[in-house]
Amino acid sequence: MGIFSPGFTGRRRGGDVELPPGQYLETGFPVLSAGPTQYVDKRNWKLSLTTESGDTRSWDWQGMLDLGPEEIRTDLHCVTAWSKLGTTWRGVPFERFLEGVDTSADYFMAGCYGGYTTNLPLQEILGRSWIAFEFEGKDLEPNHGGPARLLVPHLYLWKSAKWVNSITLMQQDAPGFWEQNGYNMHGDPWREERYW
Amino acid sequence: MTSTPPPPRPSTWVPATVVDAWMEAPGSRTLLLEVPDMAPTLAGQHLDIRLTAPDGYTAQRSYSLSSPAGADRVQVTVDRMPDGEVSPYLVDGLEVGDQVEVKGPIGRWFLWQPEQTEPVQLIAGGSGVVPLMSMVRTRAAAGSSAPLRMLYSVRTPGGRFYTEELAGLTAADPAFDLQYVYTRKVPEGWPHQAGRLTGALLMEFAIPAADRPTVYVCGPTAFVETVADALVQQGHEPARIRTERFGPSG
Repeated sequence: MGIFSPGFTGRRRGGDVELPPGQYLETGFPVLSAGPTQYVDKRNWKLSLTTESGDTRSWDWQGMLDLGPEEIRTDLHCVTAWSKLGTTWRGVPFERFLEGVDTSADYFMAGCYGGYTTNLPLQEILGRSWIAFEFEGKDLEPNHGGPARLLVPHLYLWKSAKWVNSITLMQQDAPGFWEQNGYNMHGDPWREERYW
Repeated sequence: MTSTPPPPRPSTWVPATVVDAWMEAPGSRTLLLEVPDMAPTLAGQHLDIRLTAPDGYTAQRSYSLSSPAGADRVQVTVDRMPDGEVSPYLVDGLEVGDQVEVKGPIGRWFLWQPEQTEPVQLIAGGSGVVPLMSMVRTRAAAGSSAPLRMLYSVRTPGGRFYTEELAGLTAADPAFDLQYVYTRKVPEGWPHQAGRLTGALLMEFAIPAADRPTVYVCGPTAFVETVADALVQQGHEPARIRTERFGPSG
């Protein structure tokens, strides 16, 4: 701080709600993607998981559902400074995909239909991340990442990869798409980890 | 897409001084900013601008740069959002000589760089022209002769940004073709009716997929979705289509 803007008071749409630093309250659901929307049919959808030793397993749509989805209520924070509170999702807890997987990886790379990637810390997200396929009681729309996206709401939303189709476990961290293009390796909104 | 992590580049808030400002169209104002402590910009990048109220409350938003890469003084053009928090102040309140804080330049994907020699198709919806103008200006400054077409969808002739400069650049550069699409009102004698940018118009005016252009699409979400979907249907490779969507912010 140190530069004040005379006459600027702000709208403070957050009211009494505590938002991460630099965020403002949004009631819509903006769409941000680096390229065209991907249109993926559930019938062809597949998610694969590859460990650091190269072992691979995969799930089709029904196989994913069989892992046991749950309802999620969470706030969302986008690096472009909007936050949306109290959203409702349905998805499968991420750790269910790891049951019986032999790994000592600390990180993973999420890969997507269309080629998008993002890197994430494995232990940190367990218990608070999902493969999500419903938003507000309806099938997740393609422009928001449907049929299924990663949902890691405690990090900025670019980490919640749309159209996710692969999980690659890694011993060491490596940058994904936005992380190579100016954005933070970790992306914690409460620490305002937006950019390089 | 794995490689060594990028070098850390601390991005911190730095002061910017408004050295000039003018209305670009009704409700849209260009700010010329002097930012001594900022790294050189690339075409297509954006800045975050932060305002601070006297009691310490802050609000920040992202704004695309329209100035050419490496410009000494950078430019943004801001639309006043009716229910906005930051944009009304930038359009109506901020005066020449005032300071704001900025962070940037940000973004390394929605970029055009002079070493690119492939054909380039720019497609703007409304104020989505701002980062594309940075690319046009950068190309002119670099003397690039790569084929360039710009499709610029705008509501009315009076709503266009950078009109005279674009007319001058297209007149001086045979490899640069500019086509307007008016969605509400056309100029007198215009050969087309007012209407949205459709797949048919893209087919008619955009560089064909066979020429393998890199396509940059910037505008409101619905505009970008429509255009990007149509481009994919017309055979453009999704990986060659770079998009920037303006959400409802303000």
